[in-house]
Amino acid sequence: MSARLLEVRDLRTHFFNRGTVAKAVDGVSFHVDAGEMLALVGESGCGKSVTAYSLLRLIADPPGKIVGGEILFEGHDLMKLSDDEMRRLRGDRIAMIFQDPMSSLNPVFTIGAQIAESVLVHRGGTKAAALSRAVELLDLVGIPDSRRRIDEYPHRLSGGMRQRAVIAMALACEPKLLIADEPTTALDVTIQAQVLALISELKQRLGMGVIMITHDLGVVAQHAQRVAVMYAGKIVEQAAVADLFSRPLHPYTKGLLASIPRQGASGGRLNEIPGMVPSLLAMPRGCSFAPRCPKAVDRCTHHVPSLADISPLHPVSCFVAQQEAKL
Amino acid sequence: MRPLLSVTELKVHFPVRHGLVRAVDNVSLEVGSAETVGLVGESGCGKTTLGKAILRLVKPTAGSIRLAGTEIADMSRALLRPLRREMQMIFQDPQASLNPRQTVASIIEEPMIVHNIGTRTERREKVAWLMAKVGMRPDASGRYPHEFSGGQRQRIGIARALALNPKLIVCDEPVSALDVSVRAQVINLLEDLKREFELSYLFISHDLSVVEHVSDRIAVMYLGRIVETAEGSSLWKRPLHPYTQALISAVPVPDPTAVSRRVVLQGDLPSPLNPPTGCRFHTRCPYATELCRQSEPQLRRVDAAHQMACHYLPDERHTN
Amino acid sequence: MQGLKEFLRRFVRNWPAVGGFALLMIVLVMALAAPALYPGSPWDLVAQPFLWPGADAQFRLGSDMMGRDLGAGLFHGARVSLLIGFVATLVAVLAGIAIGALAGYYGGWVDDVLMRLTEMFQTIPPFIFAIVLVAIFQPTVATIVLAIGAVSWPAVARLVRGEVMALRNREFVQACIAIGMNDARIIFRHILPNTLAPVIVTGSLMVATAILTEAGLAFLGLGDPNVMSWGTIIGAGRDVLRTAWYVTAIPGVAILLTVLGINLVGEGLNDALNPRLRQK
Repeated sequence: MSARLLEVRDLRTHFFNRGTVAKAVDGVSFHVDAGEMLALVGESGCGKSVTAYSLLRLIADPPGKIVGGEILFEGHDLMKLSDDEMRRLRGDRIAMIFQDPMSSLNPVFTIGAQIAESVLVHRGGTKAAALSRAVELLDLVGIPDSRRRIDEYPHRLSGGMRQRAVIAMALACEPKLLIADEPTTALDVTIQAQVLALISELKQRLGMGVIMITHDLGVVAQHAQRVAVMYAGKIVEQAAVADLFSRPLHPYTKGLLASIPRQGASGGRLNEIPGMVPSLLAMPRGCSFAPRCPKAVDRCTHHVPSLADISPLHPVSCFVAQQEAKL
Repeated sequence: MRPLLSVTELKVHFPVRHGLVRAVDNVSLEVGSAETVGLVGESGCGKTTLGKAILRLVKPTAGSIRLAGTEIADMSRALLRPLRREMQMIFQDPQASLNPRQTVASIIEEPMIVHNIGTRTERREKVAWLMAKVGMRPDASGRYPHEFSGGQRQRIGIARALALNPKLIVCDEPVSALDVSVRAQVINLLEDLKREFELSYLFISHDLSVVEHVSDRIAVMYLGRIVETAEGSSLWKRPLHPYTQALISAVPVPDPTAVSRRVVLQGDLPSPLNPPTGCRFHTRCPYATELCRQSEPQLRRVDAAHQMACHYLPDERHTN
Repeated sequence: MQGLKEFLRRFVRNWPAVGGFALLMIVLVMALAAPALYPGSPWDLVAQPFLWPGADAQFRLGSDMMGRDLGAGLFHGARVSLLIGFVATLVAVLAGIAIGALAGYYGGWVDDVLMRLTEMFQTIPPFIFAIVLVAIFQPTVATIVLAIGAVSWPAVARLVRGEVMALRNREFVQACIAIGMNDARIIFRHILPNTLAPVIVTGSLMVATAILTEAGLAFLGLGDPNVMSWGTIIGAGRDVLRTAWYVTAIPGVAILLTVLGINLVGEGLNDALNPRLRQK
């Protein structure tokens, strides 16, 4: 088996502000193989985006700081690279796309110029060559009439087309790893379907590893191969997608799955997870989900569970689930 | 029986520099007593404008809006004011729809002050009662909106909407800004309140699965027109309009074993400034014919509870 | 209440603002203490002319060419400067809020008419406009206040209009309309309180400008002849600048420190009311 494309071990990113510490990412470990899509799911504030930004070392310091862990990309620890080496890696071997396509495009440059720029920065060559590469990339992401479109400014494109242009830019240097932070949240369903289909297809065709950050379990089910569920800065469950949906183990995952309305089953009450996500500044002692958990026992409020394999390749961090599995 | 709300051939047009945006164009819709009607569509289809026009937050260009039999489309703002007790709105962004400088109690009390309801003590009692109804702790009353999470803020907005005992509530994407686990809490709350107070909802959302869950009837909008209306479950099981079919199949199903019958629509939503001639959907429709390019289909009844605006029934269509 | 506490906490941590506030308080104390310390009129010829500061223990700040006590002029002048500065600003802010709120809330032709009017006022250089107004209406404290107010409101009107227009489209204003509120209640209870922060900041800086304008008018001999202002003293001292520069310098420094104090307070208010800007 080939080496892991990306292996993250015990990543910790904390934010320091006026003497308080917010442990936004607190001991997260996962891996991504080539040609595979890993979904990081969770609700707002669970640390999924901070995790992604940490991988590229894009955390603003201060107030944030990666205080521990290893990020092994093709066997090399990104934490040990110099800022300059890291800069060369970004946009070249590892690319990222963001939720709002408009904010990742510069409004005063044409689409073509922006894509060509990222080619020139990492690959060099002539401007003409870079522009013809830009045309190729626009074709690749399915923007019709690419030769004319490279001369257009971002505001002239629709939301879906803009996100395609952003993806084209990210793919300019054929990255090995693509990090997509809620890439379709700002888009309409029919456009979301187009963009997700495109990312899946490109992943297949180019053999990229993809980290898909999303809050939408539907997107996970339809596009990812493996999934890590995050809650309050920690991964609480990790599994192959089919396994997670058919046999969720963590009470939070179970609650989430039960709280989404199902098609063709109208009416009836939805399952609620009572309460709300705890503030990162006032984390409960013990398991951070315990105050909302229907199954919490005494131990949960005193000790922090760790992620442990219950069945092969399906680790979960819950005392109750681990106990049940042993029986 | 007379419906609570009856909208007939409503038009809302906005003049812009280079023409006219037909945000809502000839829409007819009814909401019965204690009924939830869902309104789905993608951004720019006019669903929010329709909701706001019904509450007269934007001015209708033409057409009729009857609330419990009273025509309100062209009523003056002053005459309309007392009628606003009957119809209220819940907004998408609970942060933006609450005045950041008011306390929770004052936000919920204000509608009653405006309409001269009760004495100060009675109003305060009603505020406490409403807060309990929407599941907020009494000690929250003196705090400000920014001190709450999104879900809690939406509860404040719901309590404010209920303060006047309305019959109709227009819910404009009420759960879209909320996290999945909180979304379920708010949806359940809205359903409980509907049952308890016999409310009618016009529930506007882009999220088909949420709309399907809460609605008795669903209307699908595309570029300012309603293209299909049906009972909730039958729309989902048997969508008739090609746009509805595509919309439903585009929703990612949270079930990895679901067979993908995806109809991926090509292209983008055309601009409502310059909608296509004929059927507005023909530029993206896989079955479009010459007839579709030339003549605009009207909403027609297919069976007792199902109407759609397409020239062809599903078995009459052929992929191009 | 909590907002006020937070605001005070931020303001107090900003030491230039606290320094400015201290300066302003000194001037205020001077103004309040003037009748007690110098019960007579500052116009009275009480001393020998051209007493240098420190030369006579009774008139520590010296006297001018007519033998008027500069100390009395300085303390009484503080009254005039602060009074005119604050009242004129109040007039300008109230007029600006009224016009800006109407224009911003109603838009359309109301906006067009009011904004053209505002622009008309803005095209005339404010100081010259103030001179003309005072010259026409005879210089009294009231006309000076109105003249300074008349030349300063357009800035407030434009600011308030912009804020109101932005707030007008916010959802909470839509919610107010949906509840059935009338326009007056929406404007006064819901929109204007949310525009207060920038108006306070602009207003505080306008006080400094108003004080300078008043001094300028008095310097040119357009001050109220019945009151002694700092500008009047400077104007009088102009002729003897070479031989007795202290006559000009003492009120000059007073104006400098007052304006500096107000500006520091204004900046401090700006930082404390806009915490997000400060982090940048």
